[in-house]
Amino acid sequence: MRIFDPHIHMSSRTTDDYEAMYAAGVRAVVEPAFWQGQPRTSPESFYDYFDALLGWEPYRAAQFGIQHFCTIALNPKEANDPRCTPVLDELDRYLAKDRVVAVGEIGYDSMTPEEDEALARQLQLALDHGLPALVHTPHRDKAAGTKRTLDVVRASGIDPALVVLDHLNELTAGMVLDSGCWAGFSIYPRTKMSEDRMVGILKDVGTERILVNSAADWGRSDPLKTRRTADAMAAAGFTEQDVDQVMWRNPVDFYGQSGRLELDSTLDEPRPDDRSSFQGNSIRRGGA
Amino acid sequence: MTVIVPADPRPALSAVLDASARAWTDEATAAIAADASAIRRLFPAARRRCGHSRLNEHWTVDEAARAVLLTALPLRGQALADEVAALHRHGDPAEQRAVLRTLPLLDLGELALPLVREALRGNDTTLIEAALGPYAARHLPDPEYRQAVLKCVFCEIPLDRVHGLGTRADRELARMLADFAHERIAAGRDVPHDIRPVVRAFPDVIGEALEHAFDEEEVA
Repeated sequence: MRIFDPHIHMSSRTTDDYEAMYAAGVRAVVEPAFWQGQPRTSPESFYDYFDALLGWEPYRAAQFGIQHFCTIALNPKEANDPRCTPVLDELDRYLAKDRVVAVGEIGYDSMTPEEDEALARQLQLALDHGLPALVHTPHRDKAAGTKRTLDVVRASGIDPALVVLDHLNELTAGMVLDSGCWAGFSIYPRTKMSEDRMVGILKDVGTERILVNSAADWGRSDPLKTRRTADAMAAAGFTEQDVDQVMWRNPVDFYGQSGRLELDSTLDEPRPDDRSSFQGNSIRRGGA
Repeated sequence: MTVIVPADPRPALSAVLDASARAWTDEATAAIAADASAIRRLFPAARRRCGHSRLNEHWTVDEAARAVLLTALPLRGQALADEVAALHRHGDPAEQRAVLRTLPLLDLGELALPLVREALRGNDTTLIEAALGPYAARHLPDPEYRQAVLKCVFCEIPLDRVHGLGTRADRELARMLADFAHERIAAGRDVPHDIRPVVRAFPDVIGEALEHAFDEEEVA
C-alpha cells in the first residue's frame, strides 16, 4: 500500500516517526507552514522556519525513503499579530521555490479583519503563482467559518479545483464538495475526526476530491492515522483502487496542479547513508 | 594581482537552453531590467525553468541562469548589494551558490564580503568552495583568507579549487599549514598532498622533522 500524507508537520516529529511511517507505506508527505504551539514574534522566525521546510526537513525525510514537499504561508493564527504580518511582503520569494506545491495553511482562526486581509492577499498570491491553496477551517464556529471561507474563495476568483478546505467534518463536507473545492479531513486520536467516522463520510460522499491526512504535529496526534484509515476503509469493503485513490492518487492530483510535484519513482527504499548531509549537517549523532 | 574572472555565462548558457527556457530567461531578464524587485520571484524559479546539469568548469546551468538574472539588475552600489544579500538570505543552498559564484561579475566592491563570511562560517563545503572564488581572492583580508584556506584543508576541499592561492599564499599561511602538518604527523595521520607547494614556497617554515616526513612520504 502506498500512502501520501497531504498534511503533516514533520518538523515536530521524530526519526522514529519517519521509520514507522515508511513501514506503514507512507512514501510522500506535504508539510504545510503553520504555527509552532508557541507564537512567533518576528518575521525572521518565519524565514528560518520556511528555510527548514525547504532544506533540512526534505533531507531528513529522504533518509527514511519519504519524499517531502511543503506549502508556504502566514498562518491564520499569527496573521493577527502585527509583529508577524510583514511576512506577507516576502512570501513571493518562497512561493517561487521548487518544492513549494501550494499556498498554505491560510484561512480563518477567529475570523478577524486581520485574518480577512491575510486570507485575501494569500489567495491572490496563489493566483499569481499558479499554485493550489490549502485552507484551514476554524476549530470554533466551524460551520459558519467554513461557509464564510467558501464565500471568500469564490470572491477571489481562484478555480475551486485548486482549493482544499481542511479539517472538515460531517457538517461541513457537503458544502465544500458542492462548491467544487477539495475536501480535506484530519484524522486525530481524540478530536477533529476519527477513522471510523471518516469511513462513514466516504460511504456518503464517495472518494472523489477527498484528501485524508494525519495533520500530526507537536500536539497529541498520530502520524499513522492515514494508514489506520486505509485499513478501516478496506475493512468496510472499499476496494484496493478506492483506497489507493484516497491515499495516493488524490493528493498527487491535487498538489500536482502546482506543476512542481516531482515525485521520484526510484526512491522506494530508505537511503540512510553515512555520508549525506544538508549544508554539512546530518541526522547522525557523534558526527557533524 | 591577477584574478581570473569567470567568463560571461550567456553564450554557453544559450547554447544549451531549449527554446522555452531561452524565452523564459529573456523575459525574466527584461522584467528585472524594468523592475529590480521582479528578481525575487524569478531567481528561485530558474532551476526548474532552465535545468541544473553542469555547463562548464565554473557553472551549472541553474547557476549560470541565475548569474544572468543577477547581472540584469538595474541597481548599483548599496542598493545592488542589498538586493543580492536578500536573495542570498532567502535562498536555498543552490541559490546561495549561484549568488556567490556571480559576485565577481557584479560591481560590488567590498559590499558582498558578509555573504562570503557567512559561507565560510558554515559547514557546507559546496558553499565554502563557491565563496572562495575570484571575488574572495580579490577582497578578503589576509587573516580571513588564510583561515579560509586552512578550513578548506580541514574540510578536504582540494586547494586547486581555491582562487588566488598562487598570489595570496604568504609566509604566515605557509607557517599555519606547516604547523597543521606537524600536528597530523604527530598524530600518525595523513597530511594532504596539496598543502606542500604552499609550504615549500617558504622553506624557512619547514622544520627538520617536517622536511624528513615530507621526504619519506615522497619516497614512499
